[in-house]
Amino acid sequence: MTAQINVRSVFIAALLTVLALLPVYAALTGNYFLMTLFTRILILAIAATSLNLILGYGGMVSFGHAVYLGIGGYAVGILAKEGITSGFVQWPVALVVSALAALVLGALSLRTRGVYFIMITLAFAQMFYYIAIGLDRYGGDDGLTIYKRSQFGDLINISNKTQFYYLCFALLLGTIYLVWRIVNSRFGMVIQGARSNDRRMHAIGFPTFRYKLICFVIAGTLCGLAGALLANHTDFISPALMHWTRSGDLIVMVVLGGMASLFGPMIGAVALLVLEETLPILIGAVAAPFVGENATQAAEYWQIVLGPLFLMVVLFARGGINGLLAGARRG
Amino acid sequence: MLYFIEQCLNGVQLGMLLFLLAAGLTLIFGIMDLVNLAHGSLYMLGAYFAATFAGLTDSFVLGAILALIATLVVGMAVEVIAMRRLYGRDHLDHVLGTFGLILFFNEMVRLIWGPAGMTLSLPMEMLQAVEVIPGVFYPLYRLVIIGATLLVALFLYILVMRTRIGMLIRAGASNREMVGALGINIKLLYTLVFGLGAALAGFAGLMQAPILTVQIGMGENILILAFVVIIIGGIGSIRGAFVAAVLVGLIDTIGRAFLPDLLRLFFSTNAASNAGPAISSMLIYLLMALVLVFRPEGLFPAARK
Repeated sequence: MTAQINVRSVFIAALLTVLALLPVYAALTGNYFLMTLFTRILILAIAATSLNLILGYGGMVSFGHAVYLGIGGYAVGILAKEGITSGFVQWPVALVVSALAALVLGALSLRTRGVYFIMITLAFAQMFYYIAIGLDRYGGDDGLTIYKRSQFGDLINISNKTQFYYLCFALLLGTIYLVWRIVNSRFGMVIQGARSNDRRMHAIGFPTFRYKLICFVIAGTLCGLAGALLANHTDFISPALMHWTRSGDLIVMVVLGGMASLFGPMIGAVALLVLEETLPILIGAVAAPFVGENATQAAEYWQIVLGPLFLMVVLFARGGINGLLAGARRG
Repeated sequence: MLYFIEQCLNGVQLGMLLFLLAAGLTLIFGIMDLVNLAHGSLYMLGAYFAATFAGLTDSFVLGAILALIATLVVGMAVEVIAMRRLYGRDHLDHVLGTFGLILFFNEMVRLIWGPAGMTLSLPMEMLQAVEVIPGVFYPLYRLVIIGATLLVALFLYILVMRTRIGMLIRAGASNREMVGALGINIKLLYTLVFGLGAALAGFAGLMQAPILTVQIGMGENILILAFVVIIIGGIGSIRGAFVAAVLVGLIDTIGRAFLPDLLRLFFSTNAASNAGPAISSMLIYLLMALVLVFRPEGLFPAARK
């Protein structure tokens, strides 16, 4: 990460500036929809950044990362339902439970590698999904409305949209900073070494399993934080938080933005969610001259375009947006 | 007791269904080293094709045959257009690419068949129940599913182990370049294998269509179960897939049927009926975790080169 001025750093700086000034724009124009959308983007960017730590830097392709979104969210939701609304209790509980879950799931899943690891993380995430459906007291399949957001006394009022937005923004920057520190530490070097050649790292004396497990737990905990934020953002939790497509979305964000790059997952989160919002409009506009009044109907099928787009990214842009900006071609 | 036998048969029937999916997945993974998440989409397509063709031809059997051919063709087309480009790449690429395909297929189905589900009705003679053992009546159609799948399993075994094409498939799995160098059209072979996997998924879908509603996304949950089956059975092993599929089918079905009652013996009725569904849906994942702890390669690991 040399601080040279190139297209990529200018782009990232511009994106960060836009993100920082968005509430100002919202306050001036009264367009709060945009701010709600971007709060969501920031939260998912935290989740994607945490996934990038294990997927991008550690080479552990977890297809069940959304499970920690769910665990963090359910920790907040369940405590709120039981009458404990203090964020000083809710959030630490969310983090600890996520960490414990990641410890158990990681200890089991990391016994395997390659495609087994992909499938097993997916299967365990699905298990939690079904457990959440079975929780009748907490809404089961229908989910649970959170009537009161986490309370932080006089410190911060997260029911205030602007304050909550900046909290998410600060936490995202904090997460990215943390990942930066981890990646460039000795610990991070071992993790990246294990990605390239696990056996060799093991041979020169590093217990790679333990290193990878700790990395897995850190990623899970950070994602649990994102889950707690998401529950507060939507005032609602449901098993859909950890549906397997959500895990897939997180992977898409990481790869779309650029694996093993600090700001890649953030770029990917912005790109994917903005794409999801604009693609229907775009398709409607393109289809209008051909099908006339049916254009709005055609716009409903925007995923027909999105799906093959993922395939295109896989086939032609492995470095993701970050790679394209850096002008680097990866094989 | 009678109820228990009935549930066992249901478990075996679910196991058969899982076997059809897992066999295709494990075949494709074992031979092309490809992780295909879109396998569930082919299952869904099989069901939709069957419902459509059976409606058009007014015959369940004819509809099923046409649906099988249609999924085979779609599978081969998908291989030629997309999958072929993914061979030899990272597994992450497979996951992402085929995840994209799932979105595509789901929306395509919604576009063609509409958002409402479909139903496929069986011929009259299939609807009756037969007395499997004195006092136990079981729907004939479910027995037909079990029988048909056993036939398919036998066919697969003979195809892979006893025929020339099976020999080529096994050879291609262990050394792709060498088979190519000996003058075999390996590309065509791979297309055929993918088509075969697709047809197996389609077969599972069309057999299941009369029992369930044919709907978008029907392939996804069952696909994850098929993953569990593969992990337990060992990737690349059809025999392992078969054993694990029956095991998972039985445990899942019997767990759901009896676990809540069993819990009631130990806990209060209220707690048992609350926890029962959650715990019984966890059973097969616990089994998977156990297998992983003791045999990380699965119960029947395929011979490694």
